Amino acid sequence: MGNKQTIFTAQQLDAYQMICNPTLKVNVLDHPRLFYRYRDLAPQLVPLDYTNHPDVKLPYELIGSMPELKDNPFRQRIAEVFSEDGEGNMTLDDFLDMFSVLSEMAPRDLKAYYAFKIYDFNDDDFICKSDLEKTLNKLTRNELTEDEVKMVCEKVIDEADLDNDGRLSLEDFQHMINRAPDFLSTFHIRI
Amino acid sequence: MPGDTLITSENDTDIELDFAGVEDFQENHKREKHYGKRRNGDRQQNKRENQRRKRSSKSVQGIREESQSKTERRERSRRRKGKAEHETSGHEGNKRERDQTRAKSTKSKKNIKNEKTRKLEGKEDGEAQEKSEKGKLKLVCAKNEEKIESGDQLKEKEKALGVKKKKKRRKKVVETSSEPETSEDGDDEEEVNNDGEVRPELLSPEELEKLKEAVDEKKKLIQSLRGKPWPMKQKLVTLRESQLFVEKYEGALGKGKGRKLYAYKVMMTKKWMKFQRDFENFKTACIPWEMKIKEIESHFGSSVASYFIFLRWMYSINMILFGLTFGLVMVPEALMGRPYGSIPRKTVPRAEEAGAMDFAVLWDFGGYAQYSVLFYGYYNNQRAIGWFKFRMPLSYFLVGVGTVAYSYMVVIRTMARNANESGIGDDNSFNFSWKMFTSWDYLIGNPETADNKFASITTSFKEAILEEQESRKDDNIHLTRFLRVLANFLVLCCLAGSGYLIYFVVRRSQKFALDGLENHSWWERNEVNMVMSLLGMFCPMLFDVISTLENYHPRVALQWQLGRIFALFLGNLYTFIIALMDAINLKRKEEKVVKYNITMWEASLYNGTGSENSTAPPITIHPADVPRGPCWETMVGQEFVRLIISDTMTTYITLLIGDFLRAVLVRFLNHCWCWDLEAGFPSYSEFDVSGNVLGLIFNQGMIWMGAFYAPCLPALNLLRLHVSMYLQCWAVMCCNVPQERVFKASGSNNFYMAMLLVILFLSTLPAIYTIVTIPPSFDCGPFSGKNRMFDVIQETLESDFPAWFSKVFSYASNPGLVLPFILLMVLAIYYLQSTSKSYKEANVELKKKLQMQNEENKKKNKQAALKAQMDLEEARKSASQTAVHQRNNNDSVQRREDDEEIDNKNQRMYHGRNPSPSVGNREPHFPVRDPGPRNAHNGNHGNPRYLPGFHQQSEPRMCRVPSLERH
Repeated sequence: MGNKQTIFTAQQLDAYQMICNPTLKVNVLDHPRLFYRYRDLAPQLVPLDYTNHPDVKLPYELIGSMPELKDNPFRQRIAEVFSEDGEGNMTLDDFLDMFSVLSEMAPRDLKAYYAFKIYDFNDDDFICKSDLEKTLNKLTRNELTEDEVKMVCEKVIDEADLDNDGRLSLEDFQHMINRAPDFLSTFHIRI
Repeated sequence: MPGDTLITSENDTDIELDFAGVEDFQENHKREKHYGKRRNGDRQQNKRENQRRKRSSKSVQGIREESQSKTERRERSRRRKGKAEHETSGHEGNKRERDQTRAKSTKSKKNIKNEKTRKLEGKEDGEAQEKSEKGKLKLVCAKNEEKIESGDQLKEKEKALGVKKKKKRRKKVVETSSEPETSEDGDDEEEVNNDGEVRPELLSPEELEKLKEAVDEKKKLIQSLRGKPWPMKQKLVTLRESQLFVEKYEGALGKGKGRKLYAYKVMMTKKWMKFQRDFENFKTACIPWEMKIKEIESHFGSSVASYFIFLRWMYSINMILFGLTFGLVMVPEALMGRPYGSIPRKTVPRAEEAGAMDFAVLWDFGGYAQYSVLFYGYYNNQRAIGWFKFRMPLSYFLVGVGTVAYSYMVVIRTMARNANESGIGDDNSFNFSWKMFTSWDYLIGNPETADNKFASITTSFKEAILEEQESRKDDNIHLTRFLRVLANFLVLCCLAGSGYLIYFVVRRSQKFALDGLENHSWWERNEVNMVMSLLGMFCPMLFDVISTLENYHPRVALQWQLGRIFALFLGNLYTFIIALMDAINLKRKEEKVVKYNITMWEASLYNGTGSENSTAPPITIHPADVPRGPCWETMVGQEFVRLIISDTMTTYITLLIGDFLRAVLVRFLNHCWCWDLEAGFPSYSEFDVSGNVLGLIFNQGMIWMGAFYAPCLPALNLLRLHVSMYLQCWAVMCCNVPQERVFKASGSNNFYMAMLLVILFLSTLPAIYTIVTIPPSFDCGPFSGKNRMFDVIQETLESDFPAWFSKVFSYASNPGLVLPFILLMVLAIYYLQSTSKSYKEANVELKKKLQMQNEENKKKNKQAALKAQMDLEEARKSASQTAVHQRNNNDSVQRREDDEEIDNKNQRMYHGRNPSPSVGNREPHFPVRDPGPRNAHNGNHGNPRYLPGFHQQSEPRMCRVPSLERH
């Protein structure tokens, strides 16, 4: 930490370093940029000393207003998926987790898993038609007609649903996403 | 590791412990670590690291430490020391054996583990002995740990961490296993955890193996932790455990030796990856107009963007051409050649001098512009210029050849690459899914980009939907066919008409030219150009109207449109070339006359002076006064430059009037007009992809044709492309509307490329023809005085290369050698072509197979899933049935007096809670039914007593069969 104030113990840092993905490593270890990003969202809430694991949560409103997420149509889902309480309120750990998964170096499977969770709007572990419709409407800002939306959703199910249950399970999703050429390049956030 | 050093150091620590306080035990711990790390080469480093870590991590350990009093610790250590000294070594050996057996037994018994470890400790004697004991203890501990992990890991770990600091206690020796020291339990265990040493030489190979495996497993766990979809907290905990474990035992296995190197390697790879990423970013940032094109693509779809990408590609090619001509021809001549005014060809003739600087003349590329490096005629035929003997004529010739060769190379290479891409990238099996799940770029952090992205995603969905609908559509085939034939007929008529018109006009203009241009009006002089421009403007519109008859998919329609306009332009171009050839022939006739005149003039000049005064110095005539030939090459160059200029102007003006003015009018007159201009007739214009692409292609064709005679053409073209890039980008974004049917550009722009290749061929043809067949002008250009332009090669070979080289060359150019060589090439081409064909076939075949396999797999999967689902349902049903009946039985046993209604109610209630309610709810209505279907469908299944359930199960299967077939 040098002459900076101690935010984490060396042990905590080591642990974060091991868990988070390499691109974040530097951020956490040398200059805890992510921590400061987190703290800057609400300086009055987040203490500067994290050595004794304070229980701090930032509300979704703050998380969602980050420039990295602000324009993302799925920001609410992202926050919900990564937050422990499922409502978008994030602890520092959740926050680090989120950027670790969305970092460039995260493995494909991990990304696919979280992508699945993000697109699974109703949390039933399946992407069903209503999830698809929501996704599509968010992607196009409701600019497609209802018929078009319906048709696209049908096509998606038709393409990716391997077990014919009318919805996409995680396996279906992974099978499909692992063949996508630009999933890895688009599903990450640079911070 | 010699035992002596261990002993002494251990003793040291003990002594230190005796006198030291809290600080001391940190030191002590350091020492402990120190021993541990001695096995790994880098103990210094580690020691320091550990120390630092220990000091900084105060959270758990610090509290614990403080809670313990100094005195207590001292006492303990002293006691331990004393005991250790009194132990005998013989006793020790026996104990050790026992230890081992116990160690194994502890594996299975977690509960008594602590006791056992205590016992083990008790047997420790001398310091060295103690060390070896510890090795075993560690093993025990390792196994224990593994056990514990499945249980309440967190607490254990915390403890372990806490006690890490309390190294002192490690040396405490417990005399007997029976000695009750419950308070020490945790400590002992921790101590074991804590110790970083295992002495591999004291372990049996199997144990070593096991340990190794365990460590590897943990390591793997740590490695894979990043990839685990667990919340951070869980990860942290797991990590801490596994890390502790690995840290402890890794040293023992000598695995940490290359750690430093490894860390360095990791760091370097990381740096390298980062560098690569940055470099990629840099590269994309260096692509010009990328953002502009992306923006256009997002609003107008990929077909419009493909035009701009093509434009950019063209720009890059012209950049190279410009570099070649500018660097190797124009600059050397301007810098090192004779200056302006030194010789006749570099001077404006006296007759034109007066108006040589007029703008009108310059605009027409006459006057000073004509007598400059911009045109062929300016170049001198001096073999070598400048102080380093630059071979100007040779360079001129080679650059001319080089530009064409380079263009061929680039176009063909791009085509090949595009073909490759289209071969690979047509996997459409997950088209919509990918669009749905991977099209949003999570990197976007800027509202404007986000808007663009939304637009582009919508557009791409629309494109895909359109494709999908097109593939589904099947109309009246006969009507469509008839309409298509009709449309083609009409187009052919148009082409023939325009061809005749051009022919007619050219003939007329030749007649005018013979008469002398001065006698005719402006229209008559410019008739050919004007007619060509007008045809170029209106015929495409006509084609567009006609193409609506055909009802093609927009992409196909675009290609047809392109093909037709291509044919039209080609006709125009070739009439232009024919007219030009006529002009060349005229000039050559004129040249002959001039040549004759000049000899006469010179003779008269010399005769005149010679007769007067033979000794007088030769008369100096100003170069401007020297009579000269017409120099047809410069004339050709000028024609092309003028054509390019007028073409550029037409493009820009139509852009401004047709698009911008129209948009302005529609927008502002809409308020005071009697119908809705925006939605009605004039509306806003759409971007005309086909027209623009063809304009670009033909423009390029002219560049290729004229570049040899006017070296300035690539520069001009570069300027034009640059301006039109900005102008058209602006015009598209500001006054065009997206097409009604946004369609995707064909994956590769090979159609454009193919047209470009054709144009390239057609435009090099006349250029090569003139170079090879027409002798150059006698008094202008780098090849003046030669019989043919390519003689410059011969000349260079003779004078600049050693004699043997020209000999070899002449042998090589012997038809006897050349013909076999050509034959060989033809054979090679044939061979390559046939192999590529067979590869292609194989490719298609494989693709088909793959697809079939995929479909089969899908089908199989679906069937399996169906089956599994049905089995599950059956099982569920039968289970629920059993439960119901049991319950019924119970009910009847308990309350026989209850009537049936209540019974039924119970049933219903039970089924309400059933996981498959649809089945459960229906069930009570068929309490007893015909058991017939049961045998047919579920012979292998379940209890025959529960008939209703079986009957039910047949239903879902019945209705599922058609659905299965459907798939």
